[in-house]
Amino acid sequence: MASPEILVVGGGLTGLRAAIAAHDRGAKVTVLTKVYAIRSHSGAAQGGINAALKNHPEGQDDSPERHAFDTIKGSDYLADQDAVETMTREAPHRIRELEAWGCPFSRFDDGYIAQRPFGGAGFPRTCFASDRTGHVILHTLYEQCIKRGIDFLEEWQMVALSRTPERVVGAIVLSRLTGALRALPADAVIMCTGGYGRIYGRSTNAIINTGSGMGIVYRSGVPMEDMEFVQFHPTSLVGTNILMTEGCRGEGGYLRNKNGDRFMFEYVTMDHPELAPRDIVARSIQTEINEGRGFEGGYVHLDLTHLGADHIMERLPGIRDICLQFAGLDPIEKPIPIQPGQHYSMGGIDVDPDCSCPHLPGLYAAGEAACISVHGANRLGGNSLLETVVFGKIAGDAAGEYVSAIGADNGAAGALGAELDWQGRRIDNLLSASGDQNAGQMRLQLKELMIDKVGIYRDGSALEEAVDEIRALRARFNDIRLTYRGLKYNLDLCRALELEHKLELAETIALGALHRAESRGGHYRVDFTERDDADWLHHTLAWREEDGSTRLDRKDVTITSYQPEERTY
Amino acid sequence: MATVSVFRFDPELDERGYFDDFHVPDREGQTVLEALFHILEHEDGSIGFRYACRGAVCGSCAMHINGRYRLSCATQMADLGDKVVIRPLYHMPVIRDLVVDMDKFFEKYERLRPWLVNETPLGDKERLQSPEDRAKLDKLVDCILCACCQASCPFTQTDPEYIGPALLLKLDRFYSDSRDLATADRIEAGDTEHGVWRCHTAYNCIEVCPKDLNPTASIARLKGAAIRRQFTGRVE
Repeated sequence: MASPEILVVGGGLTGLRAAIAAHDRGAKVTVLTKVYAIRSHSGAAQGGINAALKNHPEGQDDSPERHAFDTIKGSDYLADQDAVETMTREAPHRIRELEAWGCPFSRFDDGYIAQRPFGGAGFPRTCFASDRTGHVILHTLYEQCIKRGIDFLEEWQMVALSRTPERVVGAIVLSRLTGALRALPADAVIMCTGGYGRIYGRSTNAIINTGSGMGIVYRSGVPMEDMEFVQFHPTSLVGTNILMTEGCRGEGGYLRNKNGDRFMFEYVTMDHPELAPRDIVARSIQTEINEGRGFEGGYVHLDLTHLGADHIMERLPGIRDICLQFAGLDPIEKPIPIQPGQHYSMGGIDVDPDCSCPHLPGLYAAGEAACISVHGANRLGGNSLLETVVFGKIAGDAAGEYVSAIGADNGAAGALGAELDWQGRRIDNLLSASGDQNAGQMRLQLKELMIDKVGIYRDGSALEEAVDEIRALRARFNDIRLTYRGLKYNLDLCRALELEHKLELAETIALGALHRAESRGGHYRVDFTERDDADWLHHTLAWREEDGSTRLDRKDVTITSYQPEERTY
Repeated sequence: MATVSVFRFDPELDERGYFDDFHVPDREGQTVLEALFHILEHEDGSIGFRYACRGAVCGSCAMHINGRYRLSCATQMADLGDKVVIRPLYHMPVIRDLVVDMDKFFEKYERLRPWLVNETPLGDKERLQSPEDRAKLDKLVDCILCACCQASCPFTQTDPEYIGPALLLKLDRFYSDSRDLATADRIEAGDTEHGVWRCHTAYNCIEVCPKDLNPTASIARLKGAAIRRQFTGRVE
């Protein structure tokens, strides 16, 4: 295993774009991913990617500035505005670059990239490839990595970061295939490991989205930012909670309660009220359900039947496939039963707008794993894919520049060896533990308590219970029992390592939510229903103390030209 | 309650593969992948299988289930009856249980030069493509490289070097793209004894594809292009 200068962890859109950027600057790059790169959760993204291309007839007055305004308003003014401006300015360049690399975007009749309306956007600016946008971008970027001969370590799981007091020196990595544990030296590590959706029940996320990348960084002494801000997507398919893209509503779909009413008219004053931002639509659906206007079993209908078979087959073929395969219904003929589901983490590893971590030189992060923060308290649909390619490139460029400027660290070998020993003992202990706690039951309990008590509607007493229950689960983890002690493809072991990170991150989420005594974006407190800029217009930082407990701190929001105002739609 | 027989094999420990039977309680909407997780968490933590998205978009969990190659996440237990037999994909070495070695598959993929070839510099706006030209890619860009078709193909068994249906469909994805300028290379890449000519139209690939794609049609298209080139010299 040759040692890279830059280790990119995660093979989704952010990781691949970062690897391309660093490679193109001449750095020696390796991408480490716990699944094959093309299996990454980015591939499940459906609806699209935002850029003010002005290709839509109704989008002639769009601009990066309008895109920035919509994003900042959508964030409930918690986004760092300098980072948002970077993202919206770079957006058209990144989209055209993807096109040049072969990404098969859907087209308008004049041959330009097609765009559709999305929630919270003043103009139709969401570019797409039918409803498989993430899949085609993932394959396009993977193809560009193959073209460049970039090295991949696939089915290797990162276990720990290795650092000296001054900087990052590499990572400890575990082969899923063989069980081999290795110290991999690297001058810089870029974390592109995505979100933690599977901490929650009712998540739209892939099973692999366990938040381990964030958890590893958190354990290395770097704070998590804004963890209390969790996005619940309004429309996930009842049963499996597979995502039903916002593009369904962007293409004209309606939300109806059990009386057949388009209830969103009661909540916002828009012409197409289903296209309010996600936090608002998710809360509205939950209110309908809570007040008895949902269907038995806790759901409402996403109705596409008026769009017609041709339109659905052209623009939403993947949605139709999912409905047929997983719910046994055809959305051309019947409305889709949907409920809100955990979808995205606005919070993550605290990094600056150039994706470097201010707390640890050599550490970079981008995409959902990071909190840059371009999404603040609520992300707009179509901005997550955009974040991956814009900040993936920025992270790769910044790390490339960093490694070309630094010298060798004499402490690196010692730090790597010590960390390898430590992690080896941790894994041996797990494999030989003789406790009585079943990891499967703990996972289930965590998921249920997070969706019940740290969900769409939150209140202080339930959050206190959640924190206590998470701490009890953390204590139980010490008595966990694995049933398999072999090394090859030991899912029992790999998933136990992930569970430990899940539990620690869950505590940062619940504590942050308990602490933040206001409502903003995706964080809604029934006991503090208003936004409170005087006390709470700041980011939350969660630090892990030596004893494993969480300490909360705050960080200023960067405001450039958009002063906070009341957020109405 | 269904009986689930899972193929078990560790080439370093076992002389040959065998099956372990597990009893999985019925649950409405339960998929085969969920049944495997039930076994992993409650019956036997040692079973090995791949997974990621659970939504039929990532291609990780392709297996041979009750006589057919399928994605375990998109297969309902209720559709399979009381006895479910799960084996790994054929024609690939088993690493452990249901996990197969896909290195060769991805090596073949890389040899195809699977990227768009067109070095025209970027202008202020994007390169154009008509909706009609884009529509030619509709079913070609949907492939998730799950390898169900590669495993089902009788000719990937008899010729280990055969590029195979999934990857020939990938080759067609570039051949059929109006923006790709390497048309002659694409035709040539398929026009070998281990390429399109190895396909004897068994149609297994179409039969098993979980995304309803048609690799045989792609292979026929590439065969046609190769023949035209051979006899007329035209590259199209």
